[in-house]
Amino acid sequence: MNKIYIKIALLLTGFFVVSGCSTDEKQTVTTKLNLVFEDEFDINGAPDPEKWAFDIGRGPLNDGWGNNEQQFYKSENAVVQNGYLIITAKTESVGGVNYTSARIKSRNKFEQKYGRFEARIKLPQGKGMFPAFWLLGQNFCEAQTFTANNVICDSSLPNYEEGNVLWPQCGEIDIMEYLGNKPTEVFGTIHGPGFSGGNSISKKYNLTQDRFDTGFHVFGIEWTENHINWYVDDVLYNQITKADVEERGGKWVFDQSFYMLLNLAVGGNLPGSPNSTTTFPQRMIVDYVKVYQ
Amino acid sequence: MKNKSINYFKSILVLFVVLFTSISCERELSDDKSPLEFSSVGEIFTDDFVGLGSNFYFPYGDSKFTAFSVDRTEGYNSNASILIDVPNAVDPLGNYAGGIFRIDGDGRNLSKYDALTFWAKSSQGVIVGEFGFGEDFFPNKYITTIRNVSVGTAWTKYVIPIPDAAKLIQERGMFRFAAGTQGTNGLGYKLWIDELKFEKLGTIAHPRPAISNGVSRTVNSFIGVTIQIADLKETFNLENGTDIDVFPAVGYYAFRSSNPNVATVNANGQISIVNSGVTEITGNIGGTLDPVTNEFIGGIDSVDSITINSLGQFSLAPVPTRSPNNVLSVFSDAYTNVPVTYYNGFWTPGSTTGSADFSVNGDNILNYINFNYVGTAFTNPTLDATTMTHVHFNMYVPSPKPANFDFLISIEDWGPNQIDNGGDDTRQQIFVNTNQVPADTWITIEAPLLLANRNNIGLIIYENINGSSLRNFYIDNVYFFKN
Repeated sequence: MNKIYIKIALLLTGFFVVSGCSTDEKQTVTTKLNLVFEDEFDINGAPDPEKWAFDIGRGPLNDGWGNNEQQFYKSENAVVQNGYLIITAKTESVGGVNYTSARIKSRNKFEQKYGRFEARIKLPQGKGMFPAFWLLGQNFCEAQTFTANNVICDSSLPNYEEGNVLWPQCGEIDIMEYLGNKPTEVFGTIHGPGFSGGNSISKKYNLTQDRFDTGFHVFGIEWTENHINWYVDDVLYNQITKADVEERGGKWVFDQSFYMLLNLAVGGNLPGSPNSTTTFPQRMIVDYVKVYQ
Repeated sequence: MKNKSINYFKSILVLFVVLFTSISCERELSDDKSPLEFSSVGEIFTDDFVGLGSNFYFPYGDSKFTAFSVDRTEGYNSNASILIDVPNAVDPLGNYAGGIFRIDGDGRNLSKYDALTFWAKSSQGVIVGEFGFGEDFFPNKYITTIRNVSVGTAWTKYVIPIPDAAKLIQERGMFRFAAGTQGTNGLGYKLWIDELKFEKLGTIAHPRPAISNGVSRTVNSFIGVTIQIADLKETFNLENGTDIDVFPAVGYYAFRSSNPNVATVNANGQISIVNSGVTEITGNIGGTLDPVTNEFIGGIDSVDSITINSLGQFSLAPVPTRSPNNVLSVFSDAYTNVPVTYYNGFWTPGSTTGSADFSVNGDNILNYINFNYVGTAFTNPTLDATTMTHVHFNMYVPSPKPANFDFLISIEDWGPNQIDNGGDDTRQQIFVNTNQVPADTWITIEAPLLLANRNNIGLIIYENINGSSLRNFYIDNVYFFKN
């Protein structure tokens, strides 16, 4: 008996020491503290037009933004109320689809190279819900035309801007994406030439003992010339370096200014369609968006 | 149990607990210790039972008592689990496995948890009838159940959300189960359960309580009627994004009548109609009803409601006057009824008929809704009406009575083999035509018994015929008699 007891005592001591080490280890999650952009959504009404513009409809090619998404974006579905930006997805037949929602962007209003981009968000729930907080390279071409079985950046269109390039050459940083039928999981991703769509570089993060659709959580990245770090609340969960991208044969296209987007898509290739258990309306509620240098 | 040394460790722990207890317990605990002092241990079975005491397994009376044991060879990441050996349907010791694990001693304070969880697997893929907790055989106040649970041959984790953990401050009913062979052609199987415990998962969300199975409905009724709210359900969303329906006991709910002058509703979910008019009954889990404002405070309101449309006074069926010596009563408050297997067999597929039985001032009335056909059965034993000469029914068709009303009552004798459709059945038909049945009044149907053999009556069937669209009627005072 005694021997066994001592063995167990040793085992317990060992366990304590190991676990003690790991809890003492303090992660440095954020380092950039110089606030350069902030929207606390304090003024009721439409989102601040000084900071945000709308994307309307189903995308430049009217194809559900390249993903067969099933929502039509309207400006009415994004409102600021009681300190929150509320993006609402609801059942409403417009433009050949059965749902409406909203997508806002800071294009030509706030764009920045490197820094810390962060938002505090409560996410919706249910199959088919596909919200995101993300960045696109400022040279992303919105003036798209489908011609001869190819998408081209069409300089004859009024919204063409000099130097525009198509996705994924422009680069995309997904700070947070989430599927409403996986309420404990978000993922952070980058897309660029050689690593886009199904070949993008991505990592999931799972909450323990909590969910993303029952309370607010902070989603952010810290981005430098050499790497991008992703965090949720106080947990740093991924780092992708320039070397990682280049090792995969990709091109690091993250040395230019990017702008922010917030949207709530419904259905499409990745989330799949809403089903009988999905209830509407669903809301993506944003407490704040902040950017640091 | 991961390995032997842990088993020893457990024995040592037990030894220490015993020692500690016996040293420190200098005086008896008083009976009025506060809920906070009750154990808040969540584990029920890990590698063995945890803190249930010695006499904790109580099988249901008609189940196979010996179905439960502990398997010391199988387990989830261990070599011990609860084994439920579900018997074949023909097992003379009982045709299903079912029972409760009730703490032999003080209850536990489970208020910090949000679910009962366990791992389970089966010797073959099965749909298990019920798993749950909160059943202590008296007063069963917080029984909570999930039904028709799919269990496969690989260990899988199951979650039963707690409707309102704040109420479970002294709970003895740790676990309940009922598993039969309805889906396995009567063939038994083994069911293993392990890591049975209350947990704080933090991932259970979007509770949606219901008092009418999630679908609001309107009930036409009368002064003096009492209606039991029965279709309680609460839907939760789990960590994997799927919804689960939990069936909570009435004890979790608070109820509200929007107009208590028309009907009141008590804590047991019994609606009592006191006046004519309309009132809406709603429920709430986790909150209370403010008696001053008649509004719920806190908690979550039910997603559905029951609207009571009270039509005023109800006239009861004529009170039977025949001597009990001359009567075999099937359904009447005037007599002692014979053993009846059911008044609605919910025959599926085919029958749409539901039951919304009620009582008026203590007089019970059968109320068939969504009617197409329905039966009253006598199977254990069949009914011997040899000495009887007639049969009696009181029937009431509430407005609107369909213009195409056409109604048939059949009385079936199942013959010497006492088996339905066993080849020796005989049947008497009693046709009730529209002229006999004015709406909103009790009528009496009496017919001589013409069955030559009536010593094994097994069924009375009510049915719509010739396209009749009757959907709702009341029945009272069903009896056989002799003059």
